[in-house]
Amino acid sequence: MLHNAYLYIFTMASVTFVIRALPLTLIRKPIKSRLIRSFLHYVPYVTLAVMTFPAILSATQSWLSGLLALLVGLVLAFLGAGLFPVALSCCGAVLLSEFLLQLL
Amino acid sequence: MPLTHRQWYRRGLKDGVPIGLGYFAVALAMGIAARNAGLTAVQATVTSLLINASAGQYVGFTLLAARAGLLEVALMEAVSNARYLLMSCALSQKLPTDTPLWQRLVLGFDVTDEIFGVSISVPGKLDPYYTFGAMTTSIPGWALGTFLGVVLGNALPLALVSALSVGLYGMFMAVFVPAARREPVVMGLVGLSFAASYLVETLPLFSALSSGFRIILLTVVLSLGAAILFPVKEDDNAP
Repeated sequence: MLHNAYLYIFTMASVTFVIRALPLTLIRKPIKSRLIRSFLHYVPYVTLAVMTFPAILSATQSWLSGLLALLVGLVLAFLGAGLFPVALSCCGAVLLSEFLLQLL
Repeated sequence: MPLTHRQWYRRGLKDGVPIGLGYFAVALAMGIAARNAGLTAVQATVTSLLINASAGQYVGFTLLAARAGLLEVALMEAVSNARYLLMSCALSQKLPTDTPLWQRLVLGFDVTDEIFGVSISVPGKLDPYYTFGAMTTSIPGWALGTFLGVVLGNALPLALVSALSVGLYGMFMAVFVPAARREPVVMGLVGLSFAASYLVETLPLFSALSSGFRIILLTVVLSLGAAILFPVKEDDNAP
């Protein structure tokens, strides 16, 4: 048991909330600068791509099943599959490939 | 015909379900970390309900386990969540200018990688009710997963946790791949991001940095480079 665990929890929560909510509440108008607008346009894709690879290779029990999930996800998303089908197919690819790997 | 708030909310509810499932899997691991840090199931669940941030909570639990000081915890929390500052900036441009303050605050409460991902990929402006819907179905998955993680500990079947944990990456791909298909610049940028992210994780010089910090560093450098070399056209309604 930790003493004053809630003090820590509320501190963590406050810091996190301030970071997340400040830009949303302070920036109320469209940003004029073309550079900043372009920067913010690219931010989501870069940050999601950076978080996906190579982390996906170490998320599973074997890097091989992670790689398979990556390929399945990339191909299906490219073909236009939605959020849920892509996510489920990735999970399925891991489940199946790890089952097969165990048989080997 | 534009969708009503109610229709957006329902669409959000639907898109939040896979996020909630993915959260559930990751949160199981989070619960185990919380248990190792000495938190009770209730404390860990309260943390998950209030924070909804995998990296941030993980860092927090690690520091709690090490009995770090309050200031240190606050500082690390700020660093490990700094990428949400960028996401929040990007989201601010996606909102209609007349979005009321309370809606901005509620949105700010749950800027996570996944919620941000689905919100930013909505065509045109973002109706906050869409995000509220996604929060409604995803936050319980995160909280419940944490709770069960503490209670069940390591008794979970590894194959299941392993399979569920790639669900979140699947969702990321469903966001950036269609954009890459639409825009050649994003396609190149994604390839570059993969390569850079791999290098930064393996090179000894960078691998000492925390993963949260590496993500911020790469995001800023690569996005800024792309913005300078390939500025978006003025008539684009994006971001």
